[in-house]
Amino acid sequence: MDWSVILDPFASVQLPLSQWANESMTWLTSNYRSFFQAIKAPVKWALDLVEDGLRDSPQSIIIIVFTLFAWQVANRSTAIITFFGLIAIGLIGAWDPAMTSFAVLVTAVAISVAIGLPLGVLCSRVNFIWALVRPVLDFMQTIPSFTYLVPVILLFGIGNVPGVIVTVFFAIPPLIRLTNLGLREVRADLVEAADAFGATPFKRLWSIEIPLARPTIMTGVNQTVMLSLVMSVIASMISVAGLGRLVLVGISQLDLARASIGGLGIVLLAIIFDRITQGFGFTRRDRGDRGLWEQGPMGWLRGKLRHQN
Amino acid sequence: MTEIMPHQNAIDCQNLWKIFGARADEALVAAKNGEVDKDEALKRFSCVIGVADASFSVAEGEILCIMGLSGSGKSTIIRHVNRLIEPTDGQILIEGRDVMGLNPKELRQLRARKIGMVFQHMALWPHKSIADNVAFGLEVQKTPKGQQRAAAESALEKVGLGGWSDRYPDQLSGGMQQRVGLARAMAADPDILLMDEPFSALDPLIRKDLQDEFLKLSREVKKTTLFITHDLDEAMKMGDRIAIMKDGRIDQTGTPESIVLRPETDYVSRFVSSISTLKYISASEIMTPGKAKSGAPEFGASTPLPVLLAAFTEGAEELAITDGETHLGRISSTDILQAVQTDLKRV
Ligand SMILES: Nc1ncnc2c1ncn2[C@@H]1O[C@H](COP(=O)(O)OP(=O)(O)O)[C@@H](O)[C@H]1O
Ligand SMILES: [Mg+2]
Repeated sequence: MDWSVILDPFASVQLPLSQWANESMTWLTSNYRSFFQAIKAPVKWALDLVEDGLRDSPQSIIIIVFTLFAWQVANRSTAIITFFGLIAIGLIGAWDPAMTSFAVLVTAVAISVAIGLPLGVLCSRVNFIWALVRPVLDFMQTIPSFTYLVPVILLFGIGNVPGVIVTVFFAIPPLIRLTNLGLREVRADLVEAADAFGATPFKRLWSIEIPLARPTIMTGVNQTVMLSLVMSVIASMISVAGLGRLVLVGISQLDLARASIGGLGIVLLAIIFDRITQGFGFTRRDRGDRGLWEQGPMGWLRGKLRHQN
Repeated sequence: MTEIMPHQNAIDCQNLWKIFGARADEALVAAKNGEVDKDEALKRFSCVIGVADASFSVAEGEILCIMGLSGSGKSTIIRHVNRLIEPTDGQILIEGRDVMGLNPKELRQLRARKIGMVFQHMALWPHKSIADNVAFGLEVQKTPKGQQRAAAESALEKVGLGGWSDRYPDQLSGGMQQRVGLARAMAADPDILLMDEPFSALDPLIRKDLQDEFLKLSREVKKTTLFITHDLDEAMKMGDRIAIMKDGRIDQTGTPESIVLRPETDYVSRFVSSISTLKYISASEIMTPGKAKSGAPEFGASTPLPVLLAAFTEGAEELAITDGETHLGRISSTDILQAVQTDLKRV
């Protein structure tokens, strides 16, 4: 009797996992290629829109528009941070890659929010759906991010558009999780009170539950933004342009200068982007009892117009 | 021909059962047959009996207090009235209409227009201003903005909070928050108020103020009120009638006087034993047969004891009890002293 099979079984007995993976991939690409290509189309459209806008505009106009935008949706200090942040990005010579990264980032975060928020809401309403989604999220969050670069390349190819898709995949789980959690944690008596006054389920969700879950949901948005930035370096391996590529090239050529320009650019972008997105989460009360369009430059303009009449 | 209106209660609750748990149906049958009580139902069916065979009615404009200790099923009952929870068995009628027969839209209209609710822990929405909290019921009904604001402000005025419209709940004290809760319940001018221990979370002095103000307001607006409390004194003060609950059952329903003077179960009599009967005793309960001396001051049969006492302290030796014409009986100072003695002994 050969004892080695029992003592070291895995030397001879193995599941053909790699074969399975290859076969299922081949099956997917040969049968559903058009489906995966179809997913790319709207992503490409959105990405091109943002990227062309950023490419074709003069640098100083971009700085002014972004600063005003930050002031409008958030506050003056965010506007100041945006202004100097963008100038710093220009001065360290990272302007062009930063604009590319920014376009990927905006597109990825917009898609993540557009999918993640409704899905999170749905998970909080229907226990059955949450039971299905939860293990998928666990899987998405534990699998090493390098691992799914390969299937993404096979299904979607390389470049900025697959980069957005892989970023969404990486960044969306916390948003779904925290939206679901935030809505489930809303005080039961506050929800019951809405019912007691005759609110429809939608009215209750929109006017009571989402506003009360807002801090948790905004934490989810923040996580999504941060993870998207983290992904920008990893995604550069599938030929996504931008700041991440600077870092990657810097690492591979031991070029400290380039790596630090890329790294610093990412940090600056992170600060600006996070501050502005948090501004969207401010309540009327946070804004000193003013609506979004009653503050900042628009509010100032309105005040001027009212004085003239 | 004139139509004869059938007598109708604002709220009618008939043989209501609520059993929580997966095996509620089995538990219901067993409980109805008297095979299981609350503890037994939990053991055999893992079901909690929240309400057991409760029946009561509230007439238009009346305040009915439901009184019972924590866990006796008060909140469960009141949530059935606007169908926040659904009965395992039994019926709830609002002005003769079965609430279980309403479709979702009709139910929302009932909740928005007909019924206002006040909660124990206020349940004000922290992200909405005071005015927006109060106007929510109107907002839900898509009332025009200006009208919402006006109604909210007039409701706040009524509870003494005029001028607080643009503040937020966390800027108000507990007592003020519950005033807002009251204003919110009344803003849409509903006919029925449901109040689930509205004053229980407040300090004694503030509670007394709110009780007094609510009674005053209630006399003005005459709203049918189902008022829940775990405090017997509060029930005696607020209720036109009181229903006493124990373990999901209503033990006794009656006026404060009848509850105190004629408790029907051991539980109720233990409960009311701490309450002095003196305030509720009337001439008919202590008079003795026979004719009083001529010249004795005359009183009606329902005269309360404190008034009779005052007559003695003013020098009367004996009182004549009449219904205006015929003599019903007499009360001597000994009768009064005996009543006081009995009351002192029972506590
Ligand atoms: N959703 C629920 N699930 C299970 N048991 C419940 C539920 N709500 C209430 N109960 C039980 O029903 C009983 C009555 O509760 P409740 O009506 O809240 O009492 P009260 O308001 O008088 O304090 C209690 O034993 C409570 O534990
Ligand atoms: Mg309760």
